[in-house]
Amino acid sequence: MSTDHIVPTRVYYLIFAALMVGTAITVGVAFVDLGPFNAVVALTIAVLKATLVVLFFMHVRYSTRLTWAVVMGSVFWLAILLALTFSDYLTRSWRTYG
Amino acid sequence: MLPDTTQAPAAHHGPLAHHFDDMAQQNDAATFGMWVFLVTEVLFFGGLFCAYSIYRAWYPDAFAAASHSLDITLGAVNTAALITSSLTMALAVHASQTGNRRLLMIFLVATMLLGMVFLGIKAVEYAEKFTEHHVPGPSFHFEDEALSAHAQIFFSLYFVMTGLHALHMIIGLGIMTWMLVWAWNGTITTEYSSPIEISGLYWHFVDIVWIFLFPLLYLLGRHA
Repeated sequence: MSTDHIVPTRVYYLIFAALMVGTAITVGVAFVDLGPFNAVVALTIAVLKATLVVLFFMHVRYSTRLTWAVVMGSVFWLAILLALTFSDYLTRSWRTYG
Repeated sequence: MLPDTTQAPAAHHGPLAHHFDDMAQQNDAATFGMWVFLVTEVLFFGGLFCAYSIYRAWYPDAFAAASHSLDITLGAVNTAALITSSLTMALAVHASQTGNRRLLMIFLVATMLLGMVFLGIKAVEYAEKFTEHHVPGPSFHFEDEALSAHAQIFFSLYFVMTGLHALHMIIGLGIMTWMLVWAWNGTITTEYSSPIEISGLYWHFVDIVWIFLFPLLYLLGRHA
C-alpha cells in the first residue's frame, strides 16, 4: 500500500547525492566534444535522474500497481507523441537543412 | 449481500470523506488522481520538447550558438537549488508521516525558499536576455546575422518552456503556502498526510521538467 510506507530519510539523502553527482557529470561532459554523443550522454543522465526522482522521491517504487500503470502510461503516450512526430519531420529528405 | 441502507449514514468523521471506506482507500485515490493529472502534464511539456527536438535537428548551428549565450553557471546553480528543494520536499513528506509538525513546517518553508531562489535567478537571466536583445520580437538581435532567424526560434522555445516551467513553480509556491497553513492549523496529521504527499508529487514533477530543460537549453553546443 503506497500510503502506509514511510521511506527512511537515509534513502532521500542518498538519492539527493546521486542527483547532485549526475548534475555535475552532465555539466562536465558538456565541455568535452563527443560529437553527436553529447546529446546522447546528456539525455541518458537526465533520464536516469528523472527515474530516481520518480522511484524514490515520488515513492513509485513503493506504490500500488495502479500507480505503476499510470506512470508507464505517461511514458508510453509520450513515446507515441515523439515517435510519430519524428517519423514525419525528421525524414523529410527533400527539405533543405541548415 | 446489499448494504443495510436503513441505517443512518455514519457521522462525518475527521478527514475521512464520506464516499471512501477508510483512510487507506482515500489516500490511494488522492495519489492516483494526482498521477493522472501529472500524465497530462507530461504530455503538455512533451509537446514542447518535441517541437524543440525537431527545430534543433533542423537548425543545429543556430541552436548551438544561441544555447552558448545562456549562462551555464546560473543554470547549474538553479538545477542544484531545485534538486535540493526536492530533497526538502521529500523530508517534509517524511515529517508529516511521522507526525513532526515543527519539522514539517521547517521543510515546507525551506522548499519555498529554494523555489524563490530559483525564480529569482530566473528573473536575473530574463533581464539579461532583454539587455542582450535576445527576446524574440521586433528588437531581436543576434550577434551572428546569418543565424539570427533560427536563433530566434531557439529563444522563442527558451522563453515558452522556461516561462511555463516558472509558472508551474509559482503555482507550486502557492500550493506550499496552502500546505504550510494546513500544517500550522493542525489539519495535517499522521493519518491525513496525503495532501503533503500529493503536493510533493507535483513539486517533484516540476523538478523533473527542469532536469530535462537544463541540459537541452544550456548545455548543447557548449563544447563547440
